[in-house]
Amino acid sequence: MASDELFVSGHRGCAGCGMATAVRMVLQEAGPNTIVANATGCLEVMTTGYPETAWKIPWIHAAFENAAAVASGVDVALKKLGKREGVNVLAFAGDGGTFDIGFQALSGMLERGHNITYVVFDNEAYMNTGIQRCSSTPPYASTTTSPAGRVIPGKQGKKKPISKIVAAHDIAYTATATIAHPKDLKTKIKKALESEGPSFVQIFSPCPTGWRFPSELSVKLSKMAVDTGIFVLWELEGGNFDNIRITYKPKERKPVEEYFKLQGRFRHLLKMPEKIAEIQREVDEKCAEFGF
Amino acid sequence: MGVKQVVKGNFATAVAAKLARVDVVPAYPITPSTLFPEQISQYVANGEMDAELLLTESEHSAMSAAIGASASGARVATSTASQGLKLMSEMLFIASGMRLPIVVAVGNRALSAPINIWCDHSDTMAERDSGWMQFYAESNQAALDLMLMAFKIAEDHRVLLPAMVGLDAFVLTHTMEGVDVPLQEEVDDFLPPYKPVYTLNVNNPMTFGSFGTPAHYMEFKYQQWEAMKSARKVIDEVFADFERKFGRKYEKVSEYRTDDAEIIFITMGSVSGTARAAVDRLRERGIKAGAAKIVVFRPFPLERIKDIAKKAEVLAVLDRAVSFGISGPVFTDIAGALTNEEEKPMLLDFIIGLGGRDITFRDFFEMAEIAKKTMKAGKVDDPVHWINLRKELLEGGA
Repeated sequence: MASDELFVSGHRGCAGCGMATAVRMVLQEAGPNTIVANATGCLEVMTTGYPETAWKIPWIHAAFENAAAVASGVDVALKKLGKREGVNVLAFAGDGGTFDIGFQALSGMLERGHNITYVVFDNEAYMNTGIQRCSSTPPYASTTTSPAGRVIPGKQGKKKPISKIVAAHDIAYTATATIAHPKDLKTKIKKALESEGPSFVQIFSPCPTGWRFPSELSVKLSKMAVDTGIFVLWELEGGNFDNIRITYKPKERKPVEEYFKLQGRFRHLLKMPEKIAEIQREVDEKCAEFGF
Repeated sequence: MGVKQVVKGNFATAVAAKLARVDVVPAYPITPSTLFPEQISQYVANGEMDAELLLTESEHSAMSAAIGASASGARVATSTASQGLKLMSEMLFIASGMRLPIVVAVGNRALSAPINIWCDHSDTMAERDSGWMQFYAESNQAALDLMLMAFKIAEDHRVLLPAMVGLDAFVLTHTMEGVDVPLQEEVDDFLPPYKPVYTLNVNNPMTFGSFGTPAHYMEFKYQQWEAMKSARKVIDEVFADFERKFGRKYEKVSEYRTDDAEIIFITMGSVSGTARAAVDRLRERGIKAGAAKIVVFRPFPLERIKDIAKKAEVLAVLDRAVSFGISGPVFTDIAGALTNEEEKPMLLDFIIGLGGRDITFRDFFEMAEIAKKTMKAGKVDDPVHWINLRKELLEGGA
């Protein structure tokens, strides 16, 4: 790893952690004049075990549900003290800290119009506490609180469309990204940072521990999620969904089953073709909405 | 000297924030403290105050933003009450753990349920272990003065702890009183700009709010413990400095006619004036009563309480909050302070004035009667008494 990295090695992330790769990419683009407010979660725990730190930028963690509010305080304080110019203020949080418990603080930050880039590392469950279901967890995924049981086959209900909800606040810039598309990810982070006002990037972050797949498959799974249409790469300036731009269209979409096969959390589905067909239908409909 | 103005308690705390040249005010409205953000909004809108006003979507986010702003090097103040303080509660502990000298004016108000907007001390008492210093105002003047002093004490590098200033709901927050509002140059002379030790700074990156394992956690907490101890000394210094500059004297505990007293009432907040007047009337009736007002509740004024306890046969503690299952919280702290004293008075606890119920002379006479009976008996069977309960409401159900 190059010595000018701002998120450095030696942290306690699991091998193959999609989020760790994503964080590194985000900070490579943001550069040293960056302050991060981080929510409680894997990222905070694995990087800041006192007296060590993996962060070579100013970084603050306060609690789980308030990265957006802490970042808001940093934003206005720097403005008041005349130190805001040329500094990026970012909020980092997991899906639990964004889709669920941090949702209100996020919405408040967006509405107030802070010039903050909020990045959610979406690994689709509460991983830090040991893989519990979240409103980000996809249908039928098995977690410790939505186990694939004899009667109920994993998570009930849909995945909350967080980026659409965020974009509905009519903010400067909203985008989705994965670590399998690094150029796309960095371009989106750059656009987010250059936007005047709030911006939001949802980064799909495979979790080998929580999804139960071999650690070398993180990038492959990110690619598979996009190639099946389960995760769509898009960006939007403002709140008019007619202006959504798909930044990567798979030439030929792969069946969702191929994506499920690689992960323990969906293993039970392989014996339930009707459930797979149901998800395939939903993905097809979603992709049709996006125009592919 | 300053300008005499007739103002509400909330105005006194807002003008204190303005005079303190607060940089950031993250705020969320709640009765009875709403006038604070309203007044700050007026100041900012009129260009009379150069501050960033951050109107959040909840008290939790207000305190979260306060933490972000304070860690960035800003002087930060806000105001809240009751349920708002409860919603902030999680972040209060984090603000003190991160050693951020945020100042909050709390309009002391009862807690739900049942929902009630009137005065008692349940809200701040429930945060007595949050690592925040706690000051209680008797008057609007005290609310203003204690706010100003709170910044200086909190920001002292020997302390670096947040502080809350309690002012009683409506009795102070909404009541007009004559207040000496200091001039800006007087406050500037008293309160220098905030000089943080560490800040979020891109030229000197640091990690704030890291993960503390069992190998390090206790030492963080011990340092907070030591900081509270240092605050005892710093508070005395700042009170003395304030008296020199503004001519108004503050003490951690103020005594009234205690020297020959047999019964000493212990109070906090606005009822303290009633207590002094009641003491005069009781003395006219031949009862040797005195009163002591706790101004600084955290750090707890252990030595002062021990001194006062030596003077009396009975300490009659007025608690405007209750810790269900034991007693009022002020009582337990006083009992704890005296526990290793060789000679100590008998201790009585009076749960009184919850949810805004008035505290009157009649209540003081009743408490004095109970104290007299206790002195005569020479022992305490049950120290906790609920005063001015409407027994007719408790009999025979609803």
